[in-house]
Amino acid sequence: MSSSISSTPLGIDPPGTVHVTHDHHELGFWRKYVFSVDHKVIGIQFLFTGLFTLLLGGLMAMAIRWQLAFPWTQMPILGKILFPETGGVATPEGYTMLFTMHGTIMVFFVIIPLLTGAFGNFLIPLMIGAPDMAFPKLNMLGYWWMWPGIALILLAFGTEGGGPASGWTAYPPLSTIEAAAPGSMSGQTLWLLALTFSGVSSMMGAINYVTTIVKMRAPGLSLFRMPLSIWGLFIAALLQLFALPVLTAAGFMQLFDRIFDAGFFTPPDIVVNGFSAEAAGNAAGGHPLLWQHLFWFYSHPAVYIMVLPAMGFVSDILAVHARKPIFGYKPMVYSISAIAGLGFIVWGHHMFMSGMNPTVGMVFMTATIMIALPSAVKVFNWLGTLWGARIRLTTPMLFALAFVSMFIIGGLSGIWMASTPVDIYIHDTYIVVAHFHYVVFAGSVLAIFGAIYHWFPKMFGRMMNETLGKIHFLGTFIFTNGVFFMMHQIGIAGLMRRTADPYAYETYAHLQPLNEFISYCAFALLFWQIFFVVNLVVSLGWGKRVGRNPWGATTLEWDAPSPPGHGNFDSQLVVVRGAYEYAVPGEDADFLPQNDPSAVPDGPTHAPHAPTPAPVHASS
Amino acid sequence: MNWILSTFERLWVTALFLAVPILGVWTWVIADRYGWWFPENVSSYGDQIDHLFYVIMWMVAVTFVITEVVLAIVILYFTERKQGRSTYTHGSHKLELIWTAVPALLLVFIAFSQMEAWNDVKIDLPRGVATAEVPYTVDEPIFDVWASQFDWRVRYPDENGNFEGAGVIESPYDIYVPVDTRVVFRLRSRDVLHSFFVPNFRLKQDAVPGMAIPVWFEAQKTGSYDLICAELCGWGHYKMAGRVHVLPKDEYAAWLATARREHRSNGADDLVALGDGDDDDDE
Repeated sequence: MSSSISSTPLGIDPPGTVHVTHDHHELGFWRKYVFSVDHKVIGIQFLFTGLFTLLLGGLMAMAIRWQLAFPWTQMPILGKILFPETGGVATPEGYTMLFTMHGTIMVFFVIIPLLTGAFGNFLIPLMIGAPDMAFPKLNMLGYWWMWPGIALILLAFGTEGGGPASGWTAYPPLSTIEAAAPGSMSGQTLWLLALTFSGVSSMMGAINYVTTIVKMRAPGLSLFRMPLSIWGLFIAALLQLFALPVLTAAGFMQLFDRIFDAGFFTPPDIVVNGFSAEAAGNAAGGHPLLWQHLFWFYSHPAVYIMVLPAMGFVSDILAVHARKPIFGYKPMVYSISAIAGLGFIVWGHHMFMSGMNPTVGMVFMTATIMIALPSAVKVFNWLGTLWGARIRLTTPMLFALAFVSMFIIGGLSGIWMASTPVDIYIHDTYIVVAHFHYVVFAGSVLAIFGAIYHWFPKMFGRMMNETLGKIHFLGTFIFTNGVFFMMHQIGIAGLMRRTADPYAYETYAHLQPLNEFISYCAFALLFWQIFFVVNLVVSLGWGKRVGRNPWGATTLEWDAPSPPGHGNFDSQLVVVRGAYEYAVPGEDADFLPQNDPSAVPDGPTHAPHAPTPAPVHASS
Repeated sequence: MNWILSTFERLWVTALFLAVPILGVWTWVIADRYGWWFPENVSSYGDQIDHLFYVIMWMVAVTFVITEVVLAIVILYFTERKQGRSTYTHGSHKLELIWTAVPALLLVFIAFSQMEAWNDVKIDLPRGVATAEVPYTVDEPIFDVWASQFDWRVRYPDENGNFEGAGVIESPYDIYVPVDTRVVFRLRSRDVLHSFFVPNFRLKQDAVPGMAIPVWFEAQKTGSYDLICAELCGWGHYKMAGRVHVLPKDEYAAWLATARREHRSNGADDLVALGDGDDDDDE
């Protein structure tokens, strides 16, 4: 059965490293599971790393919620680890470190690695019919480049002064002047280095994804036949390519400010906590707003990096489990592109209150409000996809439906934030916190759960348990809303984010019971993930074995064995149709795989015969 | 047996998704009763801002309820329960046009309807405020607010409008202003970023070291209101509180006179250390 795949990707890598010539090419343990160049192994490495860091970031969220519900009281369990010197009671500076690290870890070491690292790596070659990534070694390097980042960010806690404490946004001068905060000592330097490692890792991935998608699609797979997951990942990779250099450069500028007193972001006459920048010989003449422009020039597109792939996964999951073609495929592609394009000219909406010229704010406001348009078009098309469908309520489908429901909330609340006058009041309040958690947690993280349940059979050749999956879904859905929906209310009541003890203010004193409710929901949300972890572990070892195509899906990855071997496919696939041919009238099968030439009247007559998809639930 | 299970599943999933709009709307309806809503507005432009919030709220609420209910209905009706296949369609050009054009018009309307309020609050300021060329009067006060870790200091000029010299008053923590009067101040920071937030005024503005940012408000009701720092400024950020006291006009004039008199008798102060009064304003 060993058949070779003729195309060496780009012909760049030396023979023998990338493409597979036979099935008996056995690698040692280290090359196979640790320093692997196989995109599937790297994807799974990213997946487990991302789930581990998700737990870390989640535990920090619990500590934050404890402090907000019961300020300055002894924190159970976590308190002993985080605040041993006070007997488990949070300290003010410790609290600022907690939310800084929660945000940093979740953005740079959870969501981006999970979406682009885990699923980008695993899915791109499989869904475009390629044997591997264009640059497998670079791919491996990208994964291992992330570890120094994780290590540094955790080490930062152990430095003198503690971890970074200037928020995940690291606004100077708080972040650049050591006297400004305990966390702005070595902790902040390590934070900058960690971000650089993570950025370089993402960059290596992005170069790989773009090259692979552009150069290595199977014959017949035109751009407009690509599954929407690939579109989401492709556009997200382009966003990273264009935006990441700016963040990296800004990070180095801040590093120079910190180490060499370069003064990019330091105004001339500041005196911080007794430390005078001028007296210290700081070159000065810099401006704090410069950092904000550079930071958000990356970090706003990063929001779309964190949601476009999720939108792609959700589109694919909806089509497969609704047994219906995607409604308005091209409008979907155009709206992904429009979100990405507009995403580059809206960064200023983070700075409406910053002191930026308010006239410029009007331009950013208009662009930001218009970005709701492609988002709305996507929602309508998802609803159109489901209308008239035959929905199967599988676990991945439930999570995909939840994404649609939650993204509606996160998208709509964005309109308030875009409006400059309304933003005067709600800027930096909990309504903003509610908004971005609806997009990034209730949106992207739920989509990631859906994607795990959906592609788990392809990754490991086994199904995840559906009953446990549905229990996991039910609790996650309820508690997610319990946590984040009520944040709108405390935000409208004016509660500021990043406030360690709000109840000292008359304005906020009555909000404590509601915050307590939110915190209980948060604790339950984390606890409920036990069902996911148990399901994951049990299914890895004992899940029901599946054939190639357990869901009856059309896209190319389901043509490969589950799990796919080195080189992915039995033979070169030739694509003859788009990605969403479900319920085609006049066809025997409910779905027509992209590479199945049998039913295409206008298909290529001499296409090499692709292997017939295995029947549903057959074993490979 | 199987159909009972699948019907049950269809129903609980529908109920779950239907609960989103129902409970969602319910929490917004009851919010006011529990104080989970705007604090009282006492500023002249607060109504403008609240009004825009409500305009957007109604559009958002209608869209939210319609889309979430449609989603729940879709789950209820189109979950696989009988033989047969999905409707085979790749989309509809007409529908795409409708659901692109209608939201586009609405969004353009929203965008344009914000601009007047934004202009009134943030752009339309008396000429020369940023450089304090506007003369100070009791009827139209102008003062400086200095933020630093972790306190607020207000500096009122002397009778001649000078921000330097013996007649200048500095008040830590408390800001005194007259009611029904347009109050203009220049917001400055001595060290890191801060943000001047008075929820009752619907007023927020970051303080940036190196900049003197002009801010104005007109309080329409006497009383004392929380001043809250809204931009992370270090470990003590959470307790960087102040109070804005809105006084009747005559009480304000009396307070100012007393403060000037007491201040003179106290003699020296630490004002000079605060800065030289020059404006490093670059906007």
